[in-house]
Amino acid sequence: MNAALANATPADPFILKVDGITVDFDGFKAIDNFSMTLERGQLRVLIGPNGAGKSTLCDTIIGRVRAASGHVWLNGEDITALPEFEIVRRGICRKFQTPGVLPSLTVRDNLALAARRDRRWWTGFGHAVDATERVRVDEILAAIGLEDRATTLAGLLAHGEKQWLEIGMVVATGAELLLLDEPTAGMGPNETSRTAKLIKSLLGKHAVLVIDHDMKFVEELGGKVTVMHQGKFLKQGTVEQIRNDPDVAAVYLGRSEREEA
Amino acid sequence: MPKYLSQLWIVALVLAVAAPWLISSYELSLLGRFLAMAILAIGLVLLWGEAGILSLGQGVFFGLGGYAIAMHMKLVSLPEGELPDFMMWSGLDALPWWWVPFANPVFALVAVVALPAIVGALFSWLVFRRRIVGTYFSLITQALALCFATLLVSKQDVTGGFNGLTDFKTLFGQDLASPGAPIALYFVTLGFVVLAFLGARWLIGSRYGILLRATRDGENRVRFLGYNTTPYKVVAFAIAAALAGLGGALFTLHAGVISPALVGVVPSIEMIVWVAVGGRYSLWGAVAGALIVNFAKDEISSALPEAWLYVLGAVFILVVTLLPRGIAGLVRDLAGRRALVATKPQEVQK
Repeated sequence: MNAALANATPADPFILKVDGITVDFDGFKAIDNFSMTLERGQLRVLIGPNGAGKSTLCDTIIGRVRAASGHVWLNGEDITALPEFEIVRRGICRKFQTPGVLPSLTVRDNLALAARRDRRWWTGFGHAVDATERVRVDEILAAIGLEDRATTLAGLLAHGEKQWLEIGMVVATGAELLLLDEPTAGMGPNETSRTAKLIKSLLGKHAVLVIDHDMKFVEELGGKVTVMHQGKFLKQGTVEQIRNDPDVAAVYLGRSEREEA
Repeated sequence: MPKYLSQLWIVALVLAVAAPWLISSYELSLLGRFLAMAILAIGLVLLWGEAGILSLGQGVFFGLGGYAIAMHMKLVSLPEGELPDFMMWSGLDALPWWWVPFANPVFALVAVVALPAIVGALFSWLVFRRRIVGTYFSLITQALALCFATLLVSKQDVTGGFNGLTDFKTLFGQDLASPGAPIALYFVTLGFVVLAFLGARWLIGSRYGILLRATRDGENRVRFLGYNTTPYKVVAFAIAAALAGLGGALFTLHAGVISPALVGVVPSIEMIVWVAVGGRYSLWGAVAGALIVNFAKDEISSALPEAWLYVLGAVFILVVTLLPRGIAGLVRDLAGRRALVATKPQEVQK
């Protein structure tokens, strides 16, 4: 399953290359010739006003939405046309915008499902749980602070806990690249700050692409920021550079002026 | 679950084993027939309750199992070189090639489960791989039931048409009219109910069961955890089809007949009603539902023949609106167990 990762040339520092992606929804270009790269183990924050195409970009990377043109490369392999589950098995996992936990499974079963290494369907029968997978689940339970909720049904968790559980699930898959779509949506300041710490602890082992609106959270995360606007690449730089960039300000201000009017 | 409830199965099993000495032979034949239907209901718990796939075409698989065993019995009751009566009336002079292997008892027995399983697997694979789900899937299964029943009626020369297949004499050399036959048949049926029950319970508790529930609650989430969800659903559909076939074959033995009227659209919906009434998240609920609804049907249609369909419709509406988890859910709630959210599906927002 991880053959693709093992065979990747170490000289190539990029885990992800998005090359000239265009997504066309019946004539509306949700993404317009967008390109970006992400290095192994690094963090990238993707920001942009509503409708900039951030979530659509995530959808395209994981195969939920198919690009009209352009390519997505993971570790030097073109994954643009692979089925979703194959893309995941190559090493990308995504957290959805609203928590996508499985409500009628316990927290532990949610994580165990994500942590299972052998995901070929004919191996899914029987009751045995792999010992290393169990250890992995315990580690992640500790990391996301849900040890005492392990036997709770995921549907009964508080909103913030669901968000952490889904981050935990995404990590549990062992994917090398994690896409986190608004991981702090609906969280208070304390929870947000815990989430930032959690994400930073993942770096190195995982490359992480985060989408978020909350500039305070983006600052806390640090790392490089890429700005999208109307489906196009707008700017890239440190949080500081982006904050002081007149073009970015215009995009955001233009929007907030409209909203205030 | 309170202890007295979890021990109730012992009482039920003892009563079921003692039934031949407790009730009349007419009631026993009804009970045997309804227990055969309960095997189909167990398959629906797996398919509808666990996997969330509503099939309105279980009659097709019930029929395939029933016709498989009926064709065998029809053939062995014939004198050498003769054709079944309806074929002769239709002017056929040779047995159709696909009837021939059913003369073999082993082939017929395997076909009872294998035929519905293979047809179910192929059919559901074709539909699921196109990602057709929910109501659309249910409608396609209903169309399948309609096609199957229509085909059986229209191909009278090779299927027996509207009258179906009946007038069986022996099975595996045993005389079906002998006094011991109904009791033996009853115990065989009861044995299969217990086996199907235990098998389904094992599956529901396995990693496969967890994956089915996960797929029911959020197929996209499961897919984006790296699982190909289609084969899991196909396997669930095939298992439910096989259990329906087994139930259909046993029913045919008890009733002495299988006909298009037992496999079409309305009987297929009735099968859903059994499980809805009993509780689709509970194996014993589904078994109880199959028995209760069928005994009620027997009582009501002998007292007021026209009333049954109205009662059926009313019960279905009441259960869906007031008791979405059926009798099993009601019993557990009354017993003070509230954590049933365990098996209650909730939509995952995306």
